[in-house]
Amino acid sequence: MMDSIEPKTLQPEGAAPLEKADPAIYPPDEAVAAPTEIFEEPLVTTQEEERISIASNWTLVWWRFRKNVLAVISTVILLFLAIVVFIPDFFATMDPEETNARLAFIPVQRIHWLDEGQLKPWVPSVVGKRDPVTLAMKWTTDEAQKTYIRFFGTSWSYSVLGIFDSNIHLVSAAKADQADDDLAAQIFLLGTDRLGRDQWSRLAFATQISMTIGMISVIVSVVLGLLLGGISGYFGGWIDNIIQRLIELLQSLPTIPIWLALTAALPRTWSPEKVFFAITIILALRGWTTLGREVRGRFLSLREEDFVLAAELGGASQARIIVKHMIPTFTSHIIATSTLAIPVMIVTETSLSFLGLGMRPPAISWGVMLQEAQNIQTLALAPWLLTPGLIVIVAVLAFNLVGDGLRDAADPYSH
Amino acid sequence: MLRYILQRLILIPILLIIFSIMVFALVQAPPGDFLTSYIATLASTGSSLNQETIAMLEHQFGLDQPVHIQYLRWMQNLLRGDLGLSLEYQLPNAELINDRLGLTLILALFAFVFTWVMAIPIGIYSATHRNTILDYLVTVVNYTGVAIPNFMLALILMWFAYSQFGLSVTGLFSRDFEQAPWSIAKGIDLLKHIWLPMIVIGLAGTARLTRVMRANLLDELNKPYIVSGRARGLSEWQLVMKYPVRLAINPLVSTIGWYLPELFSGSLIVATVMNLQNIGPLLLRSLINQDMYLAGAILMIYCFLAIIGTLISDILLAWLDPRIRMEKA
Repeated sequence: MMDSIEPKTLQPEGAAPLEKADPAIYPPDEAVAAPTEIFEEPLVTTQEEERISIASNWTLVWWRFRKNVLAVISTVILLFLAIVVFIPDFFATMDPEETNARLAFIPVQRIHWLDEGQLKPWVPSVVGKRDPVTLAMKWTTDEAQKTYIRFFGTSWSYSVLGIFDSNIHLVSAAKADQADDDLAAQIFLLGTDRLGRDQWSRLAFATQISMTIGMISVIVSVVLGLLLGGISGYFGGWIDNIIQRLIELLQSLPTIPIWLALTAALPRTWSPEKVFFAITIILALRGWTTLGREVRGRFLSLREEDFVLAAELGGASQARIIVKHMIPTFTSHIIATSTLAIPVMIVTETSLSFLGLGMRPPAISWGVMLQEAQNIQTLALAPWLLTPGLIVIVAVLAFNLVGDGLRDAADPYSH
Repeated sequence: MLRYILQRLILIPILLIIFSIMVFALVQAPPGDFLTSYIATLASTGSSLNQETIAMLEHQFGLDQPVHIQYLRWMQNLLRGDLGLSLEYQLPNAELINDRLGLTLILALFAFVFTWVMAIPIGIYSATHRNTILDYLVTVVNYTGVAIPNFMLALILMWFAYSQFGLSVTGLFSRDFEQAPWSIAKGIDLLKHIWLPMIVIGLAGTARLTRVMRANLLDELNKPYIVSGRARGLSEWQLVMKYPVRLAINPLVSTIGWYLPELFSGSLIVATVMNLQNIGPLLLRSLINQDMYLAGAILMIYCFLAIIGTLISDILLAWLDPRIRMEKA
């Protein structure tokens, strides 16, 4: 016990949050520095201490987590992305599949919030001119012509999670319901791609697919990891041996080439939904090994604990011991590890789709969108094609920060 | 020590056999084969093959045999060092792979050295100058370095160089040297081009390694022996470099086990984006065109490289840390 306390006194800044969070383990500084105070109030605890001593484990984790500003900001970002995942139509300004060759490579229209001193958001209209030599369309934004935009306007109707229908959209051109082919009635907040598809709307739907792939493959990994790691650690013996060799085998595979070969083996004729599920399974096939190892380690050490013996003597079944007594002791750890696994899955899916071997059009994912940005000449002409990549970076960063925050919060002995 | 290495060596053929079955199943899995897609391509251009030619080609590549016979034939050839014939290029696979394999290894090696040369000093600085502005900067760069997919980084850098300076930073050689035989001038040309792919491929690993180095060193710096060393008047340089750094590097060696294989296979996507002539783009092309023996050969090379990477790290670890070789031997 002394060993774990001693380094803390050498490094006060690292130990400070712990002392506040858990005075039962780490007595507050003043108690050590001025022992007389203890005599003044021998058994009366303050309200603050009372609150901590009766707080559940989850509350303690939450208290530690919210001190991490970056992790809290990242959580907000992820919550926002989650809303996009559930209702991409709400964010879209038009049909993501609608192609219009005449509207290719329209640049980003930046939103201006003020109009003549009043809060009246508008975007500069785009003006197209044909280059007389190359006959290519050249688009410029014209600040003099304003396309007003409105928030929470109505447009086409969509279903929200299959529960109810809505036709409210976050943002649309003020004249959106009037003329359909009129440029003034359309806005392209992130420009358009080679086929004149609206990047902003596509991004909303790509977010849905890419995030869901990450989430589902991690869920599958967690289930597999818990199941196989648990069996391995709880029962031990030959079954443990087999599972361990399997994990070693899977971990020594060169991941990216094998993933490429696996996705290349998916029949071209499959529907996007089938490909989607196949890819989640492919990603999970190796994803579970890390967690499986950790779960096994936990089970091995927990098996020897007194509380497990007590439960056994109390007549609890093996299933009950595992689910009710053992797993809750490392749930927070599993959540942290799986949060950190999501970005890996997302990046892999994006890379595979980028190479043309993951999700394929007509499905839209971040990687599928980035395929449009493969050509460097095109990219120089239309740098906004890289925006899906920025979203990938933001999402991955947010997941990493939340995962790190959770891991630190879940582990009372971390610095 | 010798016994430990031998034990690891015995595992290699077993792993390779299992991998070869998996690889063969994978390249065999897509419906149809190269011949059917070849015939389809020919048909789309209006020409066709007669039945006899098809039968002859099928026989030549063994496509008319049952799967397990095909596998055994493939394995037999592999053991003899014959990687088979590329269906698409009509060239021996060994010839196609040969040049590119060297570039794959060189690129991975450069990225590996870059990672260690950058990560350890930065990690030491970051740990000894905790909570300074530079330390925060390093932390920010580390987080973004891990978060940027490497192909994305390649795209951004290529776009930046092209739009700002009109430079095309793709490829590993200038045009004059692309087809030239190896010479000193070609080597120098390679050095001129390799640094950007090296940074792109190595950045994520550098970021992760820096973080681990910083955390390990911080753990060491908080131990009582540091306090006692400082109390005895050791210079700060000696105090940090003599024991804590050595102890902090030790756990890093185990990261080689996954880092080397990751460098070999991680360069695949970057190589496709930046048009680097290593085995990555070749694999991608062969997979898309169902050139199964070429794909199989390259996949086996990747598997072999992965195994070798793990082996190197195991041996290094055992050499550095006597506890490991005692326990396992």
